[in-house]
Amino acid sequence: MTQISKRRATVYWTGFSIIVVLLIVAPLVLPEFWRRFLTEILIWGLLAMSSDLLIGYTGMVSFGHSAFFGLGMYGAAAAILMVKPPNLWLAILYGLAGSAAIALFVAYFSTRLRDIYFAITTLIFSQIFYVIIFTWTEVTGGENGLSFPRPQLGIPGIYTTPFTSTTLHWFVLAAVVISYLILRRITQSPFGMVLQSIRENEARTRAIGYPVERYKMVAVMLSGLFAGLAGVLYAVQNRFAAPDFVYFLISGEVVIFNVMGGIGTLLGPILGAGFFLGLRELFSRLFPWIATTFNMPQIEQFPYLIPLGIIFILMVIFLPQGLLGFAKRWLNST
Amino acid sequence: MDIPWDIIVIQTVNGLVSGMILALVASGLTLIFGIMDVVNFAHGELFMLGAYMGVIVLTTTGSFWLALVLAILIVALLGAAMQVITLRPLLGRDPLNTILATFGISLVLQNYALWQFGPVARKIQEPFTGQFTLFYLQYPWYRIVIAALSAGIIGGLYLFLKYGRYGIWIRATTQDRVMAQAMGIPVPWVHTGVFAIGAGMAAASGVLFGPLVGVNHAMGLDWVLKAFIVVVVGGMGNLGGSILAAIFISLLEAYASIWVSPSQAIIVSSVVLILTLLFRPTGLFVPTPK
Repeated sequence: MTQISKRRATVYWTGFSIIVVLLIVAPLVLPEFWRRFLTEILIWGLLAMSSDLLIGYTGMVSFGHSAFFGLGMYGAAAAILMVKPPNLWLAILYGLAGSAAIALFVAYFSTRLRDIYFAITTLIFSQIFYVIIFTWTEVTGGENGLSFPRPQLGIPGIYTTPFTSTTLHWFVLAAVVISYLILRRITQSPFGMVLQSIRENEARTRAIGYPVERYKMVAVMLSGLFAGLAGVLYAVQNRFAAPDFVYFLISGEVVIFNVMGGIGTLLGPILGAGFFLGLRELFSRLFPWIATTFNMPQIEQFPYLIPLGIIFILMVIFLPQGLLGFAKRWLNST
Repeated sequence: MDIPWDIIVIQTVNGLVSGMILALVASGLTLIFGIMDVVNFAHGELFMLGAYMGVIVLTTTGSFWLALVLAILIVALLGAAMQVITLRPLLGRDPLNTILATFGISLVLQNYALWQFGPVARKIQEPFTGQFTLFYLQYPWYRIVIAALSAGIIGGLYLFLKYGRYGIWIRATTQDRVMAQAMGIPVPWVHTGVFAIGAGMAAASGVLFGPLVGVNHAMGLDWVLKAFIVVVVGGMGNLGGSILAAIFISLLEAYASIWVSPSQAIIVSSVVLILTLLFRPTGLFVPTPK
């Protein structure tokens, strides 16, 4: 290792540790609402990060991540509702199994296709699961979804304690950090290099002799697995599962997080989720505030998605690399 | 098991009617895709805005046909503006950027409609209420008329593309953008024009379909998904294929809804889509590429 890359690595890991420490300390100083908000950003960030493995590293834009996310939620719900007493680890296991099964199914059919066709196929798949979940009322609760108690933290039989919003934040943070490290390792492994070469030139990768379809399938399944983990965490945090989370608008938001934060950086999507959700919070307070201060009642109900959508369109046109795009090379080389 | 012939005939008529409307939506979508590689996610919102424009003009003037024409013109202008502002800067970039941009547009338009018109569905009054007897049903003539009108609009588009001066420009640009430019065709304006035509067709189907379902801000979502299925099954950018696929899929869904609920019938068309992609990825209704 050369001097420069050693120093780079030191800077990178120092910065990484500082951010993680800040995120550990944050719930101790933030009020309840913002604590929950931060946890939620991390969960959405994990979901967006999982799809970055496909969008940024393999060059396949998935418009169906809501299916994996939703199956993670419903898998967790199944474990919590069927097994007494509710067990956190079993919920994670069920959620991951659910999303992995769906991911295998989707991966098998969709990876034969490229570009827009892949995007549309994943979109249609997520819509199929949405319709199934929405109409299969006896099992999934239909439109109302399922609500359930929050499982306890700990090892059953030895030591358990109920989640507080702070310990839940730490638990989610740990899951996200570990997922990030695993995903980062994957993208830098020989396997990840093949994925990136598929992104750069699929025909040449095939010509060299790599079974491109198999690599793509594994990439979709890995991505689906982490998206399922995000779904489990979301279910544990909010204690319900609803078909709205399988709807394709969620997949669209995931792609928005990626594009806003910067694809191909893994950290960018988390930043993008924070940026999007932060702006959403800002706008949903700004308009009622303007309405009361300047006496303009007609804009009190002004939907926050309009300014957000406009910002997103502007970013697609003028900042296609996203917020972290400038650091892309640096983040992937250290 | 007894085959319920009467139900099958009724569902065939229903399927043909909704198939013609779907063909009208999908042909705009496939035209736009064919010429500029843009997957227009906002197409459903143009459909929805067309329906709302129809509602507004109809309540102020009272004439359904005037509403139809004005809605087409207004939404076509809006589509042209949309294309110039957001899609023209993206020309030459990865087509996926256009999906993202049009997805953003669809969010903005949908939320604008929700804010402006509220969550309560509006109703468009049918221009005439005649009915004829179909077995035990009183079947409204209006449905037959919209199918015929849709077919007429699509036929007009076909003739325009085949013989019209600008239609030939459009086909030339679809075949080879650079060559068309070299021959002096103003390619950027052809793109804008095609987007406007597609938007106007979406608006026309919105107004025509409005009386059957009621107009609300989310009505575009279902349609854009169905139109995507149709466009892929028919072969992306292939106008004739899209029309056949629209009728085929609507008939399938109509027959499927004899046994399952209509909301589940979309699974049938999704399965068709997946099978198509597996065995004929270039589309069902196109000749096998050599």
